[in-house]
Order: sequence, then structure tokens, then C-alpha cells
Amino acid sequence: MSISTMVRLLLSGMGMTAIIFFVTLILSLPLGMGVAFCRMSKNPVLRGITKVYISIMRGTPLMLQLLVVRYGPYFLFRAKLSDAYDIYAVLIAFVINYAAYFAEIYRGGIESIPQGQYEAAQLLGFGKSRTFTMIILPQVIKRVLPSVTNETITLVKDTSLAFTIGVIEMFTRAKQIAAAETSMLPYIFAGILYYIFNYAVAFGMEKAEKAFGYYEVK
Amino acid sequence: MEKILEMKDVRKDFDGLGVLSGVSLSVEKGEVVSIIGSSGSGKSTLLRCATMLEKISSGSIIYKGRKMAWTDETGKVIYAPKAELAQIRSYFGLVFQNFNLFPHMTVLKNITAAPISVMKMPKAQAEEEAMTLLEKMGLADKAGEYPCRLSGGQQQRVSIARALICKPEILFFDEPTSALDPELTSGILKVIKDLAAEKMTMVIVTHEMNFARDVSDRIIFISDGLISAEGTPEVLFGNTENERLKHFLSSFYGETERR
Ligand SMILES: Nc1ncnc2c1ncn2[C@@H]1O[C@H](COP(=O)(O)OP(=O)(O)OP(=O)(O)O)[C@@H](O)[C@H]1O
Ligand SMILES: [Mg+2]
Repeated sequence: MSISTMVRLLLSGMGMTAIIFFVTLILSLPLGMGVAFCRMSKNPVLRGITKVYISIMRGTPLMLQLLVVRYGPYFLFRAKLSDAYDIYAVLIAFVINYAAYFAEIYRGGIESIPQGQYEAAQLLGFGKSRTFTMIILPQVIKRVLPSVTNETITLVKDTSLAFTIGVIEMFTRAKQIAAAETSMLPYIFAGILYYIFNYAVAFGMEKAEKAFGYYEVK
Repeated sequence: MEKILEMKDVRKDFDGLGVLSGVSLSVEKGEVVSIIGSSGSGKSTLLRCATMLEKISSGSIIYKGRKMAWTDETGKVIYAPKAELAQIRSYFGLVFQNFNLFPHMTVLKNITAAPISVMKMPKAQAEEEAMTLLEKMGLADKAGEYPCRLSGGQQQRVSIARALICKPEILFFDEPTSALDPELTSGILKVIKDLAAEKMTMVIVTHEMNFARDVSDRIIFISDGLISAEGTPEVLFGNTENERLKHFLSSFYGETERR
């Protein structure tokens, strides 16, 4: 197999990697905010449930969560799910896992905003929702960006876990080619491609952090 | 004379611990009232109750004849409906000890955010009024800066401008100079004196005794959550009957002499 064929095959797997990455990010970033609100809710039941959910998501391997989402329905309800479900299983598992991580990051950010900011806003007549969107959220975003960047880079690498349930993304491809050709080369190329992907992600996040660098937090 | 604020028998306790034990205070239009007292006596709590940052445990608070909070026959404290509270809230402003400016907004935006999005003032008008206030504070050239680039004294002047643009009927200050280096204190005190000269109604919690003596129409001495003495500066500083006040003032002046 020529090197160009090899790279072409890997790149076709990269399409799936990118789908998992972007869909997870686009859904879990806002969902995490909802989870963070539940985690900080005044309602003890909601707060308790959310706490358990987050601790399970963070306390068990993502690979295990993938398997549970993919095969759980069958073992629990004897639900027959076609192979088309594979990719959805991956996306569901990734989104609920990452939403939990993002929620904890957001919560840390929200709780780090001094009480005085809320009080000043209240005195000036800002209502609850305006206080959050105009005063709290912009400061939270700035504070959480570095942690969100870290998590996003981990996500690029985590996409390779999709191979455990047979979704063909870049890592699955690399494994297939390596087996067929008895060569290390596909892994090296895959590694380079992951690295480039992450480099682009880090570059984008750095731009975002710069955009919020116009003031300093004390 | 028109009464701006009327607090009657206001009590506040935190988890059963009494901090205000029945404070009655009324402030008339144009009056400058200073509140003094030792640390932990309840001065901040009094301002926080007056500005709705804390809920009172009993008593009543009335602004310009409009009831903000009162106690019913069963002893339960009732606050006015939300819409009424929103209007009453526009009667007062509060300047914090540590400014509490919004760090992600420029100086100009800090001042105009509330008039534009809460009071629905046109942006151009809000900015014009903000610039007038900044000029008065000697900060016109800082309009585009972020708070982190300003000195404490400058930040405090911005926070005063931020309160003033809402045109409050009464402005509360909670130790406005306590977080400042001594050399920056006089600038803020001057701003407050100028406001007093313009007949701004103000209630000022302060540890600056000479300033309180200069600027106030009336001084209130709080001790253990109660008004222990009050009167014009001459009367209060001349009071030799009240042991606690005497002790407070002597310890105070003793301290400044030692410095
Ligand atoms: N949120 C709170 N919960 C419990 N206790 C409180 C709370 N706020 C204030 N207190 C208590 O109330 C008392 C009065 O506090 P306050 O801040 O009003 O005093 P102060 O006169 O402003 O003192 P200082 O001169 O140090 O600012 C203190 O004993 C304080 O511990
Ligand atoms: Mg205080």
C-alpha cells in the first residue's frame, strides 16, 4: 500500500473523528451549563441527583460508559438496536460525559465570582437574568477558558475510544491498516494527524483567550 | 421638610444572633448623616438592610412615603410587591467599601450599563451624562480604561459616578475610604463634600472622625446594634455623659495620635 493511499484512508477516518469532536463540543458546552445550574440548584433532590450523575461520569472510565450506552439497552430491555445505533451511542456517551466535566468547570467559575458583583448589580436594578448574562457570564467565560481548553484537547484524543464499539474513525482505520500491512507507519501517521488536530484546537482556544485578555482578573 | 428615608424599630438577626436590636432612623432631604461606631456594632448591616441586601427581621422601612418593608400583626415581615420594590430601589444608591466595579467593562460602560439597560435611557444621553460625571471626578481621560488599570481612589470615584447617574434621592456610603491608601482618602472625601454642598442626601458610615465632623448635619453613634447617641457634630463630640461614646472617641483619637 502506498503512503498516499494510507493517508487517504486515515483521512477518511478523520471525518468521523471530527464529527464526534464537533458534535460533542457543540452539545456538551451548553448542556454543561444546564447541568451546572442543576448542581447549584436550591432544590436538594435535583442537586443530589446531579451530584451523583457527575460523580459517576467522572469516576468511571469513558470506555465503560460507551459500552453501557451501546449494549445497556439490549441487556436491560432486550432492545434490538441496529449497527446504525453505534454512532449515536458514541455521541450520547461523549455528550453526557463531557457535559459533566464542563458543568464542574462552570460551577467552579461561577462560584469564584465575588458576591459583591451580584450586590452591585442588584443595587443598580439589574434583574436576575440580566445580572447573569451581562455581569456574571462574561467573567465566568474568561475564568474557565483555560480549563475548557484542556478538556477540549482531551476530547480530541478521547475520540479514539469510539473504536471500542466499532465506530470507524481515524484510530480504527490506523489499526486496520497496521494489521493488514504489518507496519507501524499508520500509527505514526495517525499520531501526526491527532497532533495537527490538537494544534489547531489549541490555536483556536488561544485566540479565544486573547479575545478575553482585555482586562485582568484579580 | 420631606422625609426621604424612615426606618422604624428595625431589627436584624443572623441565625438568632441579634445584630440590630431596634434602630429607628429618619433622613430628610438634603441631610448628611454620618454613622460611627466600633467594629461589629452593626453599621454595615444597617446600610445593607436599608438597601435590601439583607432582609430585616422586624420593623419597617419607608422611602419617600412608600413602604418598602413592614411587619404585620403576627410579627411577620412583609416586603412590597416586586414592581413596587423596583421603583423604590431607584430611590437609593450604595457605594461599597471595595468599589465592586465590573472588571470586564470599561469605566464608561460601568457607569452607563444600568441607565441604558435598566432605566432605558438612550445610549447617547447616558454616555453624555457619564462623561459629565467623569469630568466632575477628574477622570474624563479614563473613560475607555478598564477598572484594573485604575488606582483605588480612581475606582472609588467611578463607583460614585456609577451610583450618581441613576439620580438617587439618597446615597449610602459604607466606609468609602477604608480600602484606600491614606494619600488617596482625601480625594474621595472631597468628592463627598462637593456632593454635600450640592445638597445630596447622604448616609455615610465612616471611621474618619474629622471628616464626619466637617460634613455631617447629624452624627449617629451605634453601639451593639442600637443608636446609643446622636446629634449635631458639636453635640455629639461634646457629649461627655455617654460612657460608650466617650470610650469610643477617646480610643479613636488615642489611636490616631499614636500613628
Ligand atoms: N451575613 C452574616 N451572617 C452572620 N453574621 C453576620 C453577617 N453579617 C454580619 N454579621 C455579624 O453582625 C455583626 C455586625 O456586623 P457589621 O458588618 O454590620 O458591623 P460593622 O459595624 O459594619 O463593623 P465594621 O466597622 O468592622 O465594618 C458582626 O458581629 C458580624 O459578625
Ligand atoms: Mg462594616
